[in-house]
Formats: sequence, structure tokens, C-alpha cells
Amino acid sequence: MTDATATTTRGPAPSGSRRSSRRPGPWHAALWIGPAAIAIVFVFAYAIYQLVVQSFKYKGAWTGWDNFRIVLTDPLFLTALKHNMELLLCVPVLIAIALLLAIVLSETIRGHTFFRGVLFFPYILPVTVVGVVLGQLLTLNGPVNTALNGVGLGKLAADWLGDPNIALWTMGAVIVWKEVGFGIVLFLARILSLPTETYEAASLDGAGFWRKHWSITLPQMTGVIAFYAVTEAIVMVSWVFNYVYIMTNGQGGPGDSTVVTELYIYRMAFQNQQIELAAAAAVILFLITLLLVIIFFRLQRKSLLAVVGE
Amino acid sequence: MAKVTSPMGRAGSASRYVILVACTLGALLPGYIMLTGAFKTQSEFLSSPWSLPANPTFKAFTESWSAGLPSWFINTILVTAGAVIGVMVLSALAGWGFAYWQFKGRETLLGVIVSLMVVPPVVLLIPLFQFGAQLGWISTFRILILIYVGLMLPFSIYLLANFFSAIPHSLLEAAQIDGASTGAIFRRIVLPLSGPPIATLAVVNILWAWNELLLALVFLQDPEKHTLMVGIAGFRGRYSLDIPTVMAGLTLVTLPLVIAYLVGQRFFIQGLTAGGIKGE
Repeated sequence: MTDATATTTRGPAPSGSRRSSRRPGPWHAALWIGPAAIAIVFVFAYAIYQLVVQSFKYKGAWTGWDNFRIVLTDPLFLTALKHNMELLLCVPVLIAIALLLAIVLSETIRGHTFFRGVLFFPYILPVTVVGVVLGQLLTLNGPVNTALNGVGLGKLAADWLGDPNIALWTMGAVIVWKEVGFGIVLFLARILSLPTETYEAASLDGAGFWRKHWSITLPQMTGVIAFYAVTEAIVMVSWVFNYVYIMTNGQGGPGDSTVVTELYIYRMAFQNQQIELAAAAAVILFLITLLLVIIFFRLQRKSLLAVVGE
Repeated sequence: MAKVTSPMGRAGSASRYVILVACTLGALLPGYIMLTGAFKTQSEFLSSPWSLPANPTFKAFTESWSAGLPSWFINTILVTAGAVIGVMVLSALAGWGFAYWQFKGRETLLGVIVSLMVVPPVVLLIPLFQFGAQLGWISTFRILILIYVGLMLPFSIYLLANFFSAIPHSLLEAAQIDGASTGAIFRRIVLPLSGPPIATLAVVNILWAWNELLLALVFLQDPEKHTLMVGIAGFRGRYSLDIPTVMAGLTLVTLPLVIAYLVGQRFFIQGLTAGGIKGE
């Protein structure tokens, strides 16, 4: 932000400081921000610095890129990374379901608050509870298969979490079940803020449901859809540990079929005691997340400027 | 007023409700299985998981309660309270620091803090664990609280700085002219105006700390220090032949959240979507 724009923006600061000489200087801000800054520096800066240093060492001795070379040629790590990438396919599914439901909700008046409340509910539940309950529902002789057999769809019944070919997708479905409510509420808030005149005009011109939303709603939603897409992409890449840990008893099984990067790091560090290799894997995961953060930042720039830009 | 409904409109509205009701069932059915399962016996749960319990029994509840739930509850409350109080105080101070003063590098600093929101905890886990081990702080609440505070700070500062910046500066100027100190302005004007965002932020942070698993799992190794999430994570393995006990434990864990959600749904929805709605 340049000085020229600074005088035109809202916020308490600029004009006040010109008029009042009693206001303490900007160095006072350090007193207010300091305590939080110490906590942030410790948890983030110190930890990331230590992590990076460690990823280049073995038993205290500098080993250059060796740890990275080992991790990047470890088939299990590559499998884990591949699973995270496969989970990214859940993102378009999330967006499609959330969009449809948000549009339907926006056109529903009776029961609007109730439906919104219910559909958002899974999002507030702990992954631990979601993982155990849905894991139980999806066992071979569990309620889901019982129900499928009961209604004559026994052919669709499967060993959802026990079959290595579908276990990861079952996991993806569970994640979608929990995360979709976030998208619904996000999209709904945006739709309800859109001006209604365009829709009325379109209705008078005889535009149907699909036509209206394809041509009017969607083009105005790109910002919030992109935000949701990136947020969920970050979830799929680096926040799925809890699901896998709970639903596979910490194993990533059956076989390696649901091992994800976070689980690889966790097991490398705390079960195999290969701290340095775990650190290298963590650095790689961090860099991938960083890439997503850069995208996230591009999208968030507007809102950031609202906070920072004055 | 006679509402004109075209046949198409009526069909559209019917199909809308079909979609919504189907999704509502989808969202609530796992909860139904959990709740009814908690009142069943193992054999009843296996033979007819979808029916209502024929002879409701509380045995599973007493069983799971005596498996350690009370102490897990207390531990969770201690960790959550400590971390949330800490983060609320620190982020309110820092938010005000960012909102009230213009200083060089402010944008960059705030930008860096906001971007930390998405750093996955697993990345920080290893060095923080080694740090805790060096101090002999493994299986203590203080190390976990410290880390929780750090992890919750970026979003909290972002939210409060955003809100504090929007307070009309005419209000603050008037107080300045009256000679109020910065601290007094913060206490007497800013904080009283900030009830809703502070409540919203508290809800989000409580929910986060209450639900956190990975760090609690790694840092609280002593079974006596286990939190609810760590405790019930081990439940399924322990009671694999007694699903009703698992379901009863989960029901008890979920109950406080359901009650809180029913009372303050608005705060949950506003707080958890704050970043995204502002992002538009």
C-alpha cells in the first residue's frame, strides 16, 4: 500500500494521530503485539527453523540432501503422497455438492434455518467421533451393508474400509460428509448477498433453474468457490491425519492403502524413531502446503487489504 | 393473497425439499446410529442396527463412564480453558496493537501471521516434541496449552484486528481528547463494543482445542493425562467386541457440543466461516 491511498481508507489511525499529540508513538504497538509475537515465534519460527536444520542432519552430523534423497525414493512416502493427491479429487465433489445444496437452500424459505443448521452440523463434530461412528457404520457387517442388503441392493455392499481398492475412497467420502457443510454455509452467505433484480428479470424472460444459476449465480461466485477449493485442497494434502489415524487404528491399512503423508511423518518419527527422515518428509509437506498458501494469499488479498491496507 | 404457483414451480419446490430432506437424513443418520446403538446390547446392535432399541439399557453408559471418561473430561476442560483464555488475551492485545497503530512493516507482519493459519501441525510436531522432551514437559498440560495458544493465535489476531480496525475512529478520538490513555480506550471503548466477535472467536477456539487429536496424542502420553479425543481414539480398539459402549462414550463426548451448537449456532457458523466470507 502506498502513502497516497493511506489517507483515504477507513480505520482509527491516520486522522486521529494528526490531531492529537497525546497519542503514544508507534513503538507502543510492540508492547501490545509482543506477547502474542513471542508465542508465534516459538511455535512457528523456532519449530520450522529446527525442523529444516534437522532435515539436513543425521545423528547431529551434517549430511546435506541425504535425508531428502532417502525419503523421496521411499516407495511408502511416494504412495502416501499419491494418496494425498488422489484425495484432491474430493475437492470438485465437495464444490459441486455444496453449490447445489446452497442454491437449493437459498430458494427455500420454510425450514431454511433448520436445514442450514443440520447441514452444517457435521462440520463442528470432532474427527475422532466422526471417524469412529462412520468407521463402524462401514464395517463389513455394519449398518450400511445391512441396509443395502435389506433394500435389495446387496450387490453394492462392499468391505468399505477393508478392501484396499476402495478404502481410500471410503475415507474421501467420510471427509466429504464432514466438510461439505462448510461449503454450503459459505456459498449460501454469498448467494444471499447477490442482488435479486437480475433473477427477477431472468425469470420474466423465462429462464429456468439451470439457466439462471449457470448464467447469473456461478459467475458471481468465483471468488468464494476458489477460496473454498484452496482451503479444502489444503485439508486434503495436510490435514487428514485424524481421519486415517482413527479409521485405521493408526495403521493406514489395509496394507498401505490409506497411508497419507502426515501418517508417514508421524510413524517415521514416533514409531521408527527416524526423526531426521521424518523431518525431511515434514519439510516436503510444508513446501507443498506453502505452494497452496501462495494461491490462498492471492485469493485472500482483498480481505487482507481490508485489515492491513489502511 | 393468492399465490400463483405454476406446476413447474410446485414441482421445483417439491424436488428441493426432497433433496434437502435426503441430505438432512444423511447428515443425521450416523448420529441416530450412535445414539440408538448406545442403548442396545452388542447382539442387538449387530442384528438390527437401524431399529430403535427394543429394551433400552444404560449399561453401555455406565461401562464407558467408568472407562475413564470423567478424568478425560476434566483434562480436556483444563487444557481447553487454559489455551482459550491465553489465546483470547494475547490476540485481543495484539489485535488492538495492529488496529490502532500504523507502523512500518505492519502489513507484512500481519500478512505473515495470517498465512501461518494453514501450517499443518504435523510439520511443527517433531521440533516441538523435542523441545518439550528437553524440558521434561512431556505429559504436562503446559506444553500442550502453549502450543495450542500459538496455533490458535494467527486466526484470532486476524479476526480481532479486522474487527477493531472497523471501530469508527470518531469514538476513539473523543476519548483521546478527554485524555484517556491507550489502555483505557481499549478497556472502556473497544472491549465493550467487541462482545459478539469475542464470543464468536471464543466458540471457534474452544471447538478447535476441544476437538484436537494429533498433538494431544503425542504430548500426553501418560494415560492419566489423556484428553477426551485421545481417550475415545483408543476406545474402538479396546471395546471392539462391545460397540454399544463405544457408542455410549461417543454420545457423552458429543453431547456438550450438540448443546452448545443448539444454543449458539449463530456463533459457530459466523466464526467458522469468517475467513471465507470476508474473502469475497
